[in-house]
Amino acid sequence: MTNANQQAVALYSNDFLREVEERVEEGEWVKMCMQCGVCAGSCPLGNAWQHTPQKLFMMIRAGKREEVLTSDSMWMCTSCYNCIVRCPRKLPITHIMHGLANYAHRLNLAPKGQPTREVARLFWNSLAKTGRVNELKFSLAMYFKDGIVQGIKNAMAMQSIGLALVMTKRLNPMELFGGHKCKDPGSLHKMIAKAREIEDRKKGFTS
Amino acid sequence: MNASIATNQTILVVGGGISGMTSALEAAECGKQVILAERNTSLGGRTSLLYRYFPKMCHPTCGLEINLRRLKANRNLRVMTQTEVTSVTGKRGDYTVTLKISPRYVNQNCTGCGECAKVVEAEIDNPYEYGLSKTKAAYLPHAMAYPQRYVLDASIVGAADGEKAKAACKYNAIELDMKTETVELKVGAVIWATGWKPYDAAKIQPYGYDRFDNVITSLEFERLADPHGPTGGKLLRPSDGKEAKNIAFIQCAGSRDENHLRHCSRICCMASLKQTQYVREVYGDEGKSTIYYIDIRSIDRLEDFYQKVQQDSAVKFVKSKVANIKLHEETNDLILHGVDTEGYHRYAAQHDLVVLAVGMEPESNGIALPADMITDSSGFIEGSKDGGQFSAGAASSPLDVNRSVQSATAASLRAIQVVHKTSATEGAR
Ligand SMILES: Cc1cc2nc3c(=O)[nH]c(=O)nc-3n(C[C@H](O)[C@H](O)[C@H](O)COP(=O)(O)OP(=O)(O)OC[C@H]3O[C@@H](n4cnc5c(N)ncnc54)[C@H](O)[C@@H]3O)c2cc1C
Ligand code: SF4
Ligand code: SF4
Ligand code: SF4
Ligand code: SF4
Repeated sequence: MTNANQQAVALYSNDFLREVEERVEEGEWVKMCMQCGVCAGSCPLGNAWQHTPQKLFMMIRAGKREEVLTSDSMWMCTSCYNCIVRCPRKLPITHIMHGLANYAHRLNLAPKGQPTREVARLFWNSLAKTGRVNELKFSLAMYFKDGIVQGIKNAMAMQSIGLALVMTKRLNPMELFGGHKCKDPGSLHKMIAKAREIEDRKKGFTS
Repeated sequence: MNASIATNQTILVVGGGISGMTSALEAAECGKQVILAERNTSLGGRTSLLYRYFPKMCHPTCGLEINLRRLKANRNLRVMTQTEVTSVTGKRGDYTVTLKISPRYVNQNCTGCGECAKVVEAEIDNPYEYGLSKTKAAYLPHAMAYPQRYVLDASIVGAADGEKAKAACKYNAIELDMKTETVELKVGAVIWATGWKPYDAAKIQPYGYDRFDNVITSLEFERLADPHGPTGGKLLRPSDGKEAKNIAFIQCAGSRDENHLRHCSRICCMASLKQTQYVREVYGDEGKSTIYYIDIRSIDRLEDFYQKVQQDSAVKFVKSKVANIKLHEETNDLILHGVDTEGYHRYAAQHDLVVLAVGMEPESNGIALPADMITDSSGFIEGSKDGGQFSAGAASSPLDVNRSVQSATAASLRAIQVVHKTSATEGAR
């Protein structure tokens, strides 16, 4: 178990609903779900998932902490907002889905190698470092996330598109060396650290 | 009309459904002067369009008949049909109300012989059948109508049909030059018994009421089941007139929904349970009913009725709010999509007719109420701040007939108290 996870387990022992309410974005809405099933039936991905929003909300109330936080369902939400529009109780379902994913990531319980999680992680790392997303490095990292061999295959497959992007000045090959950044990345790092500190305080993380 | 008959001792009841009739009768039978103003051409309200009443499965005409008998026997009560209240001013014990009376084009001489309807050619959507059938433009509202007088639709007045009707009437009952009248009256107390209206089903986009012929409302289903209704009591579906034998009932259609009506309409679970028994009445074990629900809310002793229907092998219950409805093109059947809550099974269920158990919204949404009226978050009327105006029946809350009548009696008592106090203070002066 990671530290953060041990802490959370100790703090909320058997009350996963309270944990979600306090620590997950929009989590306080979960108890408003009346289990009507409309979100599950309206979600375009619903039949491809193990856990629809309806099911996840019930599992939270039933205290199925491990199953919820290790589920990869919320990582597949495409933010189409169909569920939010239809929910008779106006739950901000999409945001809760992302909140759950984020929380599971924070506790390091989210499924390893889950593609959405990997993309998000690479995107964030690139952004948080320089204040700009380095598209070249980001794409390369994406290609190679499943290993060298797969990476080369991916890069070959995308070769012509990459070239076209370079020709039309949409991709700068020089980005590989350093790359552009915002004026003062140092201050950005401080801001992010501060935001993190505030969030940790509000949500009761002691890190 | 002679306005001086009404005084601040008079009680005005707005709306002549089961609640308004009850309020008016209770007060009149206590010796109070009462005016009952009904907007439609006949008393009876929405219940006169129901086939049977839950939980006893009796016919609404029976209750209506008793009330009409009481009404005819009472001299303190004056009924005004085609009359709308356009304003209420003043205060408790001393109101001035303005009434707008639309022309019927038929006077008291009418015997209901029906000759006028025979000669008139124009047809209009039958206002009592939700547009499921047509009627002649000279018509008797329905079999139990009170007053038992024909009506000429305004569209034929000034046309050849109007003249034909007039020529056919042997009793001099047709007056083509009747005009809209406005009268002012003094009254001491007002009871709002304006009732309810069905939520506009077309607004529930995923259910396609406006796109699919075979998606109908629970009110339309009442008319289909009624032997006096447009299909003679056969459950024929609109698209092709085929007998519907595999019927889905969708609960909370527009109720308990922040996107539509926030409140639980309270009667629609019972209405659908009742309607499954119409299906049984027609087909026996052959007809299948499936109720899709969030929770079944059959309050108090109505639970017995629910338990009885649960025993019925032809009725299936699926705990799920249907997510959306798609058309099955070849058959005109409908495919209901959703996920059930007891096991989270995804279903795509085919039915030949879908009945939406639509919610009740206050009829008074859409009319201008007096300024000091208190309404709840859904628009149901609680009463006026000055304590001289009250609400009764479905105008006050989504109520069934039994509870409507109780609430109407309570409102009547409050109104009697107001005019009593008024007369007491006047006596002392
Ligand atoms: C599908 C369905 C099935 C139902 N089945 C049952 C059942 O089996 N048993 C049961 O107990 N209940 C049933 N109900 C409920 C029942 O319909 C109501 O309880 C009942 O209609 C309430 O009566 P009311 O007089 O308060 O209102 P209404 O019946 O709505 O009467 C109101 C009257 O006021 C008039 N009016 C409105 N506005 C004005 C105005 N501004 N000026 C003058 N007049 C006005 C209207 O024209 C109408 O005549 C059912 C409801 C639905 C939707
Ligand atoms: S639509 Fe809303 S109320 Fe219904 S199950 Fe989904 S979250 Fe719960
Ligand atoms: S927003 Fe996400 S959970 Fe909601 S319907 Fe779309 S994909 Fe499904
Ligand atoms: S209006 Fe005249 S013709 Fe028509 S039903 Fe009445 S009495 Fe008969
Ligand atoms: S009575 Fe039943 S169908 Fe009607 S709103 Fe309430 S729960 Fe829904």
